[in-house]
Amino acid sequence: MSSEPFFRSIGELSAALARGELSSVDLMRSVIARTEAVEPKVRAFNSFDREDALAQARSSDLRRAAGASLGPLDGIPIGMKDVIAVAGQPLTASSRMLANFVSPYDATVVKRLRAAGAICWGRLNLDEFAMGSSTENSAFQATANPYALDCVPGGSSGGSAAAVAAGEAIASLGSDTGGSIRQPAAFCNVVGLKPTYGLVSRYGLIAFASSLDQIGPFARSVEDVAILLGAIAGHDPLDSTSFHTGIPDYRAELDRRKGPWRLGIPKEYFGEGLDPEVAEAVQRAVAHYQKLGCEVKPVSLPHTEYGVGVYYIIATAECSSNLARYDGVRYGHRSKEAKDAVDLYFRSRAEGFGSEVKRRIILGTYVLSSGYYDAFYLRAQKVRTLIRNDFLAAYREVDAILTPTAPTPAFRRGAKADPLAMYLCDVYTIGVNLAGLPAVSVPCGFSQDGRPIGMQLIGQPYGEAELLGIARAYERDHPWAQKRPVL
Amino acid sequence: MSHSIDLNIDHVANLARLALTPEEKAQYATQLTEILSHIAKLKEVNVDGVEPTAHAFPLYNVWAEDVPVAGLPVDLALRNAPAQRDQMFAVPKVVE
Repeated sequence: MSSEPFFRSIGELSAALARGELSSVDLMRSVIARTEAVEPKVRAFNSFDREDALAQARSSDLRRAAGASLGPLDGIPIGMKDVIAVAGQPLTASSRMLANFVSPYDATVVKRLRAAGAICWGRLNLDEFAMGSSTENSAFQATANPYALDCVPGGSSGGSAAAVAAGEAIASLGSDTGGSIRQPAAFCNVVGLKPTYGLVSRYGLIAFASSLDQIGPFARSVEDVAILLGAIAGHDPLDSTSFHTGIPDYRAELDRRKGPWRLGIPKEYFGEGLDPEVAEAVQRAVAHYQKLGCEVKPVSLPHTEYGVGVYYIIATAECSSNLARYDGVRYGHRSKEAKDAVDLYFRSRAEGFGSEVKRRIILGTYVLSSGYYDAFYLRAQKVRTLIRNDFLAAYREVDAILTPTAPTPAFRRGAKADPLAMYLCDVYTIGVNLAGLPAVSVPCGFSQDGRPIGMQLIGQPYGEAELLGIARAYERDHPWAQKRPVL
Repeated sequence: MSHSIDLNIDHVANLARLALTPEEKAQYATQLTEILSHIAKLKEVNVDGVEPTAHAFPLYNVWAEDVPVAGLPVDLALRNAPAQRDQMFAVPKVVE
């Protein structure tokens, strides 16, 4: 074996476990030791429970010894963004509001991973309530980018991306409302997939913006992402937005999808604000697809420039509604200063939420308030239709769309103190959520100073098998994710 | 949608049940005015006859079988309660 267990792929590890060269307990110990060694620099975890993880690993070893292994994920440690409920473990959303909250039940994705034998490992840091693009909005700590420790890991799922990049988990789950899986994946040199809206159940995910949120996987290869997606996808009666659709064997499909594909390049994603090194790396990836025989066609997504505006109306409106539940009554932070029952709401929320969360609640409340609804929320929903129609029109001519994931590589901590500047980081990822499409960020190079660059492949609704096949075709020749950070 | 942003921060904070400090009010009013100016760009778009999208895929009337299932047991439901008494959530006095 070429590397330490904590840096191996799910495929390599499950083969080694099956052959008895490694036990799940050995693997878990390797991941724990790595985490303890690098965590002072990376700070990806809000917390982790060694004993619980080792107990899960022992159960996996017992199953294997009894000839009852549950498949390729059995005994593999998968990190969890701290917005996904794991029974008996903390669930903080990186907020003071939920600093002491303990999950009473498992999210559906967690139940499914447990059924596949996976080890639920650790609570991964994020921007508070998944609101942000840098993981600096966490109430507890700022996670570092493993490839450039003074830079951000992206966000909001920054802990999920950084932990996988640093070898502190074999893979992880995050959530993506406007780019929160794909942008940190690009910043941290890992593969990150936002599935089609409705493919993966959100039951047990702390809600941010319900018409946009999706859970998805991070890993160090397209194949590992395919394995994880296969485990978590599928209809769930507990999430009424989850879709009835057949779930293919995404891993087996990877090498069956051979193309050649017609790839669309939207000119609106290559304009002003795009870092030249990112543009060059993405253009090299485009050239590689041409070498593979793919047809590359210019397409237009003319309403792209309105995406950020539409998103910050719809997402904040939905968040102001979803976060109304944090009132200090049944769970979460309760102010000790309250004079009466109504004052309890005002003070508990003021003390529990951080500044970005308050800013978004205020904006969302404003755009929904009497007299403004039609001008903001209703208009945004109509422009959302136009954005979605742009994508559907493009798919009459192409199989997938290729863009940069983010306009720049990872930026320094503290570099984007202005909220609007931070919001504009999401310009290439937001349209996908508004249109409900699947998209994957795949590593495609590094800047001169060693910061990772990612490209985004956008697929058709429920077309994850084809999308991952396209990603795999590039990765096979350019496995950038195999370049490890120096920690 | 007008370019003159009339954001009454006290009114909105009250609707949102958020106690804000004077510093927060001033800061949010400035930042949100800037954000709303960016958002005002949406009024350039012709949306005549365009149906609003509430949800990316057309799912209507999702029904479930009417089968009773066990809910969260009381002890688990109360596990995260800030204050509890006699198997109930305790809150400050609501009526005089």
